Amino acid sequence: MPDKPKIGFYWCASCGGCEESVVDLAEDIIMVADAVDIVFWPVAMDFKRSDVEAMDDGSILATMVNGAIRTSEQEEMARLIRRKSKIVIAYGSCAHMGGIPSLANEFPRQQIMDFMYEGSPSVVNPDKTRPMLSVKHNSMNVTLPEIRNLVRTLDQVIDVDYYIPGCPPTPKLLKDAVLVLLSGKLPPKGTVLSPDEALCEQCKHKDTKPVDVSFKQFYRPHMVIIDNTKCLLSQGVICMGPATRAGCEALCIQGNMPCSGCFGPTSRVKDQGAKMLSSLCSNISAKDEEGIDAVLDGIPDPVGTFYRYGLASSLLRKKIPEDV
Amino acid sequence: MPDSEIKNNYEPKIVAFFCNWCTYTAADLAGVSRLKYAPNVRVIRIMCSGRVDPQFILQAFASGADGVLIGGCHPGDCHYSEGNYKMLRRFRLLKRMLKSLGIAEKRLRLEWISASEGEKVKSVINEMVEQLKVLGPLAIPQSLDKINEELKEIPEEEIREEEPAHA
Ligand code: SF4
Ligand code: SF4
Ligand code: FES
Repeated sequence: MPDKPKIGFYWCASCGGCEESVVDLAEDIIMVADAVDIVFWPVAMDFKRSDVEAMDDGSILATMVNGAIRTSEQEEMARLIRRKSKIVIAYGSCAHMGGIPSLANEFPRQQIMDFMYEGSPSVVNPDKTRPMLSVKHNSMNVTLPEIRNLVRTLDQVIDVDYYIPGCPPTPKLLKDAVLVLLSGKLPPKGTVLSPDEALCEQCKHKDTKPVDVSFKQFYRPHMVIIDNTKCLLSQGVICMGPATRAGCEALCIQGNMPCSGCFGPTSRVKDQGAKMLSSLCSNISAKDEEGIDAVLDGIPDPVGTFYRYGLASSLLRKKIPEDV
Repeated sequence: MPDSEIKNNYEPKIVAFFCNWCTYTAADLAGVSRLKYAPNVRVIRIMCSGRVDPQFILQAFASGADGVLIGGCHPGDCHYSEGNYKMLRRFRLLKRMLKSLGIAEKRLRLEWISASEGEKVKSVINEMVEQLKVLGPLAIPQSLDKINEELKEIPEEEIREEEPAHA
């Protein structure tokens, strides 16, 4: 039997949803499993790091890595995977842009550790025990990975060839990506494997999207009953569609919820949050500071709203400590 | 806080976006009138304050600016009628967002300065430089470089002694 192309899946700082999306291929998973050899997929099969270390460099055709990079172990694994794989694909919002985990870049590591090991109401830790990087136990040196100071995207740690966006990516995108890999007709390095246009283009409300909205108030989804026949922005509900890349077929809007931006920006935008802030604010009706601020009160958490999936890949990347 | 020594000897860098029709002309006037203002600004001429994409502002900070100044036409005077209102709205939210990302409010400033107000260009710039000197350097690229030192690969065989994590 001729060798089938080898594929790997790996996870870092992620919730498991991306792994789930692989299983969501449903019957197509059989097509994938037939066409390729899955040589590494710790979440589903028993593979160890030593198995990967034993492989020849560059012997895996492609590895899809999901999750952001927060620990020293994830960095080591990412580098190992990079050595062993011809193609590395950042799979899902966290590997692509930092994802929800990168909202932690709003807090210094110390504050997070203090909360998680002492402050949190559900923690009982009278001895103030903290994880150690290494400790002697029965004459053995036991070590733990270090939690780094920053949550990073995959491409802030290793070279990445392609990106599959989404929280999580849709099975269709994964299937298309596998077909592209198998066809050998690879797009230019750095390509995000999803249509390079705004989500609004795929949205059923495209035609009711007003050209000149004039916001008098913003509503969060729980504050209004959303009319499922009209563009959400026209109803004052913040929908990230205009600043978000297409490819999901407007899943959230089909569920009558606004887009929260998980596919990231199109190639023409550097900073998704700043772009969305720009377009929303331009269309506020008030002209004086007080009136403007009253409308903007409807956005209590701009960082969490505009950078929900991409603080790590934004221009500023993190909160700057001690400036204020 | 940054080292007090760096702080005392440091010259803030300000990136200024000036509207062609008003503030840029005013800055020109200040020059022709030989008004002296602090040499800390790098002026970028734009056609209207409404052209200032918030991405430009973030890019300036991310590239090492200590402050960003935007100059536009007075309300009602914008050559494209609404550009300065658009800027004002973005500015209000951007200021709040930058604050929650740890950037002091005084680092971002929006001023309406008409073509005849050369004196105002001078006083605004001088005042901003003084305020930024009190705040000290923002130095985003440098602090990021420092954090990224943790990415250096440690040889695996290096045995670590007992050490607390994340001290
Ligand atoms: S703003 Fe949202 S609801 Fe409106 S067209 Fe775009 S994606 Fe659809
Ligand atoms: S609508 Fe927006 S948030 Fe929902 S899946 Fe699509 S890109 Fe992601
Ligand atoms: S033309 Fe000067 S602000 Fe618009």
